[in-house]
Amino acid sequence: MSIDIVSFTPGLSLAGGVVIGVAAAVLVLFNGRIAGISGILGSMLGSPQTDAGWRLAFLAGLVGAPVLAVLLGHPIAPDIQAGWSEMLVAGFLVGIGTRYASGCTSGHGVCGISRGSVRSVVATATFMASGILTVFVHRHLLGG
Amino acid sequence: MGWLTALLSGLLFGIGLMLSGMANPAKVLGFLDIAGRWDPSLAFVMAGAIAIGAIAFAFATRLKKSLLGWPMWIPSSSSVTLRLVLGSAAFGVGWGLAGFCPGPALVVLGAGFPKAWGFVAAMLAGMAVFELIERAKQSRQHA
Repeated sequence: MSIDIVSFTPGLSLAGGVVIGVAAAVLVLFNGRIAGISGILGSMLGSPQTDAGWRLAFLAGLVGAPVLAVLLGHPIAPDIQAGWSEMLVAGFLVGIGTRYASGCTSGHGVCGISRGSVRSVVATATFMASGILTVFVHRHLLGG
Repeated sequence: MGWLTALLSGLLFGIGLMLSGMANPAKVLGFLDIAGRWDPSLAFVMAGAIAIGAIAFAFATRLKKSLLGWPMWIPSSSSVTLRLVLGSAAFGVGWGLAGFCPGPALVVLGAGFPKAWGFVAAMLAGMAVFELIERAKQSRQHA
């Protein structure tokens, strides 16, 4: 292992993390809800919702954030390396997996660990290990 | 008021993801690639978020109602189940293939990148399959 010093952004990443923490704090303190993105989105597909309002508002903020960045003159430039077929398979696995797991990087990784949930620690350790293994197989064994 | 604080939370969440670099799948894959040239940034994002989150949740768990008077929905389950582990494992495979988890995918969708639209469409399909399976299971139990 070697550290990629060119890409590594400790300061900005820590600052961005703090902003994410504030976002989760706002939602739980004012709305009494966990800022878990897979749950906020996925449960709208389930039984008829009486609380779709705050969910839609949260999702609008999330999707609107990059639009605000463009208006402020700082558009994002994501480097998307995966091809279309990988994207579709990956999306499906993320969708069904996060719903069975009752959470993703936000709900388990940020909120769950913040409140000391054992389930969330296990979930986060599992999806990180599985993600690391997938990248290892994909990049280093298959050479994708 | 509730929609306004939820909108603010979503907006801050998106800003945090962009600022931290996590709305860039190549950077996320750089974190997951521990055998290659490793980019530890994601760990710093988690550290920053959890530092604030821990304070907020310590306070939130003592509240009977939210500051807007809404009921508190904080999960109480502590049982580690097979579906939690298998679901997380499947999620990790998708995360490692694309470099997207749900939040960043929605941010990049908002920025108008077609592959993020494709990812989110497939993600919604996966979530819909979960709902269908769960609903079929429930109706069988009630029958």
